[in-house]
Amino acid sequence: MQVQTTLNTQEEIETRKKEMRIRASKIKIRNLSLQIIVFIAIFGSWEFFSDKNIIDPFFFSSPSSIVKQIVEWVIEGTSQGPLYVHFVVSFEETVIAFVIGVILGVIAGYALGMNDLLAVIFGPYIQMLNALPRVVLAPIFIIWFGLGMPSKVALGVTLTFFIVFFNAFQGVREVDKNLLNNARLLGANKRQLAQHVIIPSALTWILSSLHSSFGFALVGAVVGEFIGSTKGLGFLIAQAQGAFNTTGVFAGMVLLSVTALAANWAVSKLETRFIAWRHVRQ
Amino acid sequence: MNQQSPRLPDSPMIDLQGVTKEFLKPSGEVHTVLRNINLRVAKGEFCSIVGPTGCGKSTTLSLIAGFEAPSLGKVQIKGEKLEGINSRASCVFQTENAFPWKTVIDNVSLGLRLNGTSKNDAFQEARRWIEKVGLKGFEGHYPHQLSGGMRKRVALAQCLITQPEILLMDESFSALDVHTRHLMENELLKIWEETSASVFFITHDLEEAIALSDRVIVLTAGPAATIKGDYRINLERPRNVAEIRFDKQFAELHEQIWNDLRDEVMVSYASANNA
Ligand SMILES: Nc1ncnc2c1ncn2[C@@H]1O[C@H](COP(=O)(O)OP(=O)(O)OP(=O)(O)O)[C@@H](O)[C@H]1O
Ligand SMILES: [Mg+2]
Repeated sequence: MQVQTTLNTQEEIETRKKEMRIRASKIKIRNLSLQIIVFIAIFGSWEFFSDKNIIDPFFFSSPSSIVKQIVEWVIEGTSQGPLYVHFVVSFEETVIAFVIGVILGVIAGYALGMNDLLAVIFGPYIQMLNALPRVVLAPIFIIWFGLGMPSKVALGVTLTFFIVFFNAFQGVREVDKNLLNNARLLGANKRQLAQHVIIPSALTWILSSLHSSFGFALVGAVVGEFIGSTKGLGFLIAQAQGAFNTTGVFAGMVLLSVTALAANWAVSKLETRFIAWRHVRQ
Repeated sequence: MNQQSPRLPDSPMIDLQGVTKEFLKPSGEVHTVLRNINLRVAKGEFCSIVGPTGCGKSTTLSLIAGFEAPSLGKVQIKGEKLEGINSRASCVFQTENAFPWKTVIDNVSLGLRLNGTSKNDAFQEARRWIEKVGLKGFEGHYPHQLSGGMRKRVALAQCLITQPEILLMDESFSALDVHTRHLMENELLKIWEETSASVFFITHDLEEAIALSDRVIVLTAGPAATIKGDYRINLERPRNVAEIRFDKQFAELHEQIWNDLRDEVMVSYASANNA
């Protein structure tokens, strides 16, 4: 009798589990098919209209020709040399600008966050520089640093720096006062306070700023390339634009967004690694 | 009836002498929070402080902890004038003590690690304390994976592992449900009885204050709060905080202190309504 009931309930549990699993996968299938339908609707109609000349393919291109263009670039190279050269250049500029911007931003944010005097003295200048639309600095940087990589890196740094700076500053300022006091009572000196309380607490803020700041580093590189350069994805787009090659412009855009997505993914990985305590769930 | 505190040895653990604390309001006015506080807490004494909200209980605690310096008067710890952080004290706050980015064992062992104990020794001692507060098996958990009561246990272990001579508690249990609270209070008493720490315990709850303490201090309503009453609680120890409330002597003490406290709460309530 006893055994019978347990068997029954176990069976019941099994069926219920199965039901729940089926329901979950149904939802997944529904979402996926909706996504596919929307994708087909957008790109299908684009392709269709441009194929039937309802929209001018010269101005709007079409998905298939964009894909074709990218494949061609990958296999045969662009009119400006192999694709990977441009890709590597843009990527290098972005990463270097990102790394420098982040390091400077964290150092400055930490220093001003910790030191009221520094914050009072330099705060207004930072506000002022931040209010400036920094893209206008591109011509200046090109005059100063030339058409090569340094001018793009400089532009990327000015864009990333402020985002990281403000987040690091805020992160340091927002440290829970009780936690600080607690650590001080437990005997932490200045260095230990930074190590055990302030930095881990600010890290959440800093890491969350990395998503957008990588995007801005990329903007810096591409805008710099538009304005004056001899290599890079931005240069490629500018060339395509100069030749009225709409397809080339779109293809460059696709490559850029793929790069940005990949970087976002990498930053997310970094985030889970460094603030594991937030993500651990039982 | 105010009972005089008995003669204390020459240098009490905590000694506030004529302490006044003022803050500068943003409007530029001076706001006097505490005025002429004279308070001595003996070694090993469990002293609670009650008073209407905003009267300056937490401010008193930050003076003893050394987070703030008094505007007038002085704070002496074991006969020495307190300068900067009070290295003999630790504090259980109302909100969080545990560092969310550290596991339970890292949190508990922190005090030892900070003063240079090797990781091995610190962890060994931390394990002992984690077991003592009933958290064995949770060493590797992060605070957000624990319940509120468990986090308070972490806080207690974290504070007590350094064997402080003064334990400060600012409404430490007020966020807990009543059963967990009684449990924690009993555990606190048990652990405290094994140590010789002086406890400075802030609470809103007069029953809690009486049930735990050797002594209950009543502050007047702010601004410029000062000590209104100082009551000795001579209930027998060890106590069970859940049951001691039914004691006849407890009820008498409660009535007596409540008479004092009620007036202050009314004053504070009236001034809050007028503001
Ligand atoms: N850093 C500060 N600057 C200015 N005023 C302060 C500061 N800290 C406390 N005060 C003022 O001191 C008064 C007493 O505050 P305190 O936190 O000590 O009260 P409390 O008795 O702990 O109240 P509660 O029971 O609500 O916790 C309040 O009026 C508060 O505004
Ligand atoms: Mg308070």
